[in-house]
Amino acid sequence: MGMTEKQLKSSNKPDKEMPLVQYENVTKKFGDVEVLKGLDLEIKQGEKVALIGPSGSGKTTIIRMLMTLEKPSGGVISLNGEPLWHKKIGDKLVPADEKHLRKLRSDIGMVFQHFNLFPHMTILRNVTEAPIHVLGLSKEEANERAVDMLNKVGLGDKLDAYPEQLSGGQKQRVAIARAVVMHPKVMLFDEVTSALDPELVGEVLQVIRDLAKETDMAMILVTHEMDFARDIADRVVFLHNGQIEEEGHPEDIFETPESERLQGFLSRFLNT
Amino acid sequence: MEAYINILPRLLPGAVITVQVLLASAALAFVVAFVAGLGRVSKYSIVRKITAVYVELFRGTSLLVQLFWIYFALPAFGIQFSPFLAGVVALGLNYGAYASEVVRGAILAVPSGQTEASIALNMSNWQRMRLIILPQAFRIMLPGFGNISIELLKGTSLVSLITLTDLTYKGLIIQNTNLSYTMPVFVMLLVVYFIIALPLIILAKKLEKNASRGVAKA
Amino acid sequence: MTWNWEFAFEIFPEIASAIWLVIGITIGAYIVSLVLGLVLTFARRSSFKPLAYLTYGFIEFVRSTPPLVQLFFVYFALPAIGISLNKYAAGILTLGIHYSTYLSEVYRSGIDSVPKGQWEAARAMNFSKIQTWFRVILPQAIPPVIPMIGNYLLVLFKETPLLMAIGVGEFLQEAQLIGASNFRYLEPITIVGLLFLLLSYPSAVLINKLEQRSKLGFGTRKN
Ligand SMILES: Nc1ncnc2c1ncn2[C@@H]1O[C@H](COP(=O)(O)OP(=O)(O)OP(=O)(O)O)[C@@H](O)[C@H]1O
Ligand SMILES: [Mg+2]
Repeated sequence: MGMTEKQLKSSNKPDKEMPLVQYENVTKKFGDVEVLKGLDLEIKQGEKVALIGPSGSGKTTIIRMLMTLEKPSGGVISLNGEPLWHKKIGDKLVPADEKHLRKLRSDIGMVFQHFNLFPHMTILRNVTEAPIHVLGLSKEEANERAVDMLNKVGLGDKLDAYPEQLSGGQKQRVAIARAVVMHPKVMLFDEVTSALDPELVGEVLQVIRDLAKETDMAMILVTHEMDFARDIADRVVFLHNGQIEEEGHPEDIFETPESERLQGFLSRFLNT
Repeated sequence: MEAYINILPRLLPGAVITVQVLLASAALAFVVAFVAGLGRVSKYSIVRKITAVYVELFRGTSLLVQLFWIYFALPAFGIQFSPFLAGVVALGLNYGAYASEVVRGAILAVPSGQTEASIALNMSNWQRMRLIILPQAFRIMLPGFGNISIELLKGTSLVSLITLTDLTYKGLIIQNTNLSYTMPVFVMLLVVYFIIALPLIILAKKLEKNASRGVAKA
Repeated sequence: MTWNWEFAFEIFPEIASAIWLVIGITIGAYIVSLVLGLVLTFARRSSFKPLAYLTYGFIEFVRSTPPLVQLFFVYFALPAIGISLNKYAAGILTLGIHYSTYLSEVYRSGIDSVPKGQWEAARAMNFSKIQTWFRVILPQAIPPVIPMIGNYLLVLFKETPLLMAIGVGEFLQEAQLIGASNFRYLEPITIVGLLFLLLSYPSAVLINKLEQRSKLGFGTRKN
């Protein structure tokens, strides 16, 4: 599926070592409040990174800026070595225009905490709408791609249902399918199970696990599910107060946390 | 009672004109509402300002004043409308301004998560508006449109004051020629207007009931 | 033919002199609609079903037929059954009655937003029906809708030109008369439009302020 497209995309930038996503000294202020204080973070092609940290530490802000839903106040975010929020004209950087943003956005996909499915469309159309109108696929191609993906997430029998007829877990699986069929290079997950009833969390996490194994998409996962993070992530980043407090291999982070804050944070999860 | 029955057929030609004015100005108001409503949420501040001025101008003055201005004052600039056209333009622009507020409110009422999901799927601004926001906003607008259509029907009676022979004007003619008909004429006028309004009332009530279907919850 | 400043200045005082008449009619009609609106609201909720249905029918009928025709009815037709009103009274009454149906809607929405627990609490405290209404329900129902109520003052103000149809000499009729005798309509009618903007815009801003204030004051009223 879509191999040619993928090869095309990567043939532009053959450099395997260049990070896919790079945050350099990125700051973000909301009014006077600085919620990110000089973030440096790199994500390699295909890498799965879990972002953990207490509420308000800036996890959502980090991925929303990459999705271009929020503008950084300072620093540079790059994708494939190209600045996201700026455009190079000669060697000057000017604020990105819509065209530039759309070009780079095509490599990024996102799944939201509250699904944000389109309530006026069937499940199938939720998943085919963007491939048809944004990627320019024919209806047949888009349908094929969508049905394939919906089968994978176990919703092949719900094509003609509307979002309101689905459970939370089913909705979130549709939302994942909707993002994946766009074949992004990096997928962003913002606490995608925290709006779900506990018994529905497992099915969604399983879908993401499968996805992580089967594809070479990079993933940034904001999550409070520590077992899941440990299981799926190549690297775990612990944030505190808008800064990276500690990062490393999941084993190290969860077995031998160094900073006191991380220890404290983790102990709260172990106790429950 | 006989008088009441006598009057009815003589009012009908006027009712036809009233319905024509209603339909034509509703169509104009509908178009204006979308153009101005989208203008109010444009990303260009100049567009927002111009449409805001238009809306405030028409909501800040009276429909009858606007009608008279278009019919009596515009000729000073060499633009002379027929009473029918003057009526349609005044009604369309006036109720279009009110309806544009409905459009704007409905667009803003679509939860921001829908916009964010469209951006995440890399839709263009116009695709987002056309495929995601407007279809949902449209359902929110409908009850408002229903109510405005009733206001519009009532507003059409003003065209009688610029000599268009609508329902009201017909009634006035009948009353003038036979003063003993005064009571029956005005009663029948009200009844006929109400009959024309009835489908609109029922529609508006229905739309109000179904307004929240197929719209994302915040 | 273009705008003539001299002419405009000459006729402005003549048109503007109708201002007290316009304000008087507006306030008169407003009072009628405020009071009658409340009466309709109660009648609509009456446990005596025929009265409730009749009121409902009255509201729907008056709301969906043109005020202009209602004005003719009141001024020309009512004398046939012995009710003769002068043109000012007819104008005030017609506008007042027409908009009382809108105000009853506003009152109703305010009343509906009072939590059910308030009724139950009033009953638990053994308040009489009148006490419940005037001590418990209305004091909570009215403040949140004050901006909407205020807005109808503006709406009524903008409806006054209608009364030219029965010869009440408000702004528009003055302008129309001047226009007809000078064969120049541009300046007089434009002046009327400007007068409306001039008078209604500041009031709109004021009502907006009121709205902000009422949001602050009563925003925490939910149980
Ligand atoms: N649009 C906004 N306006 C103002 N402040 C904001 C906005 N968005 C986020 N913040 C603030 O920025 C800080 C970081 O928010 P963010 O949502 O990134 O945290 P988070 O780590 O995702 O927290 P949570 O686990 O609760 O989702 C918080 O203090 C939040 O209140
Ligand atoms: Mg968050």
